[in-house]
Amino acid sequence: MLDQNQVLRYSRQLILNEFGYEAQEKLLKSKVLVVGAGGLGSPVLYYLAAAGVGTLGVVDFDVVGISNLQRQVLHFTDDLGRKKVDSAEEKLKKVNPDVKIVKYPCRLNIDNIEEIIGEYDVVIDAVDNFPARFLISDCCYFMKKPLIEGASVGFDGILMTIIPGVTPCYRCLYPMPPQDGVVPTCSDTGIMGMITGTIGSLQALEAIKVITGIGETLSGRILTFDGLGLNFREIKWSKKKNCPLCGENPTVKELVEYEIKCKLKTFE
Amino acid sequence: MKLKVNGKEELVDDGLTILGLLEKKGIKPMLVVVEHNFEVPERENWGNIKLAESDNLEIVKFIGGG
Repeated sequence: MLDQNQVLRYSRQLILNEFGYEAQEKLLKSKVLVVGAGGLGSPVLYYLAAAGVGTLGVVDFDVVGISNLQRQVLHFTDDLGRKKVDSAEEKLKKVNPDVKIVKYPCRLNIDNIEEIIGEYDVVIDAVDNFPARFLISDCCYFMKKPLIEGASVGFDGILMTIIPGVTPCYRCLYPMPPQDGVVPTCSDTGIMGMITGTIGSLQALEAIKVITGIGETLSGRILTFDGLGLNFREIKWSKKKNCPLCGENPTVKELVEYEIKCKLKTFE
Repeated sequence: MKLKVNGKEELVDDGLTILGLLEKKGIKPMLVVVEHNFEVPERENWGNIKLAESDNLEIVKFIGGG
């Protein structure tokens, strides 16, 4: 049952024909894990808290740095040096005091990931590197957790909604991580804040659709976004027969931790 | 022959391979994955897969940032 305050707070989504009371109740009972409280994680967390997701888990080991502020909209200048999970919690509580925030100020690794993911209904991947993406997507596959994959760099973004056993998995598109150091990251080639904002907002939208069952999720399709030409493209996507994770003869049968090698550009 | 690459029709020489197409477009193979007629072929085979009239290709960048 929604109380009077909640009916008012969520009124604009309650009056939507496609959403309504029942969907709101599902949302209030749901638990969503957001891995990364940065460029993607900020809009994801903000919109999910505002929409009334019951419990939000926030994973981030990092502290707020000045170069984060151009896109990581949950963090402010006053937060420099603070843990991102603390900064995020403060803002989210101010947006919606009803939401329970669970903080994980750590990196996900082989030893802690199953226990953390096990607590949640849906996982949102909002990290900034491939080793973590493969670890999260493999773990969600093994634990049968819906995963909303979003990524962005430069002016480009990509989005996938992965339902284990139903849709293709992350490795059906990217069977193995890219070669070390060849793929540009946000810290060496840059990123526009509006791109992470766009992809993060779409990840939050996909999450509420997975939780409430409304509409049609992106499952079985890949959405790519080119912010410079302003094009969204949809790519048909099917399960890969010889996918190393979900294929007929899988080679990835347990969690793998790929080494993180950061290629950082230094300014001299 | 005519191909569809990322949703757009393109005219290319007959006998071109996936790898040849990437080279022609100036795309570094290690930065992308390729979907060929809605399947993702192994990277090692890109040099052997000859493209045919009206093949559908999607060249998808590795995007991992956030």
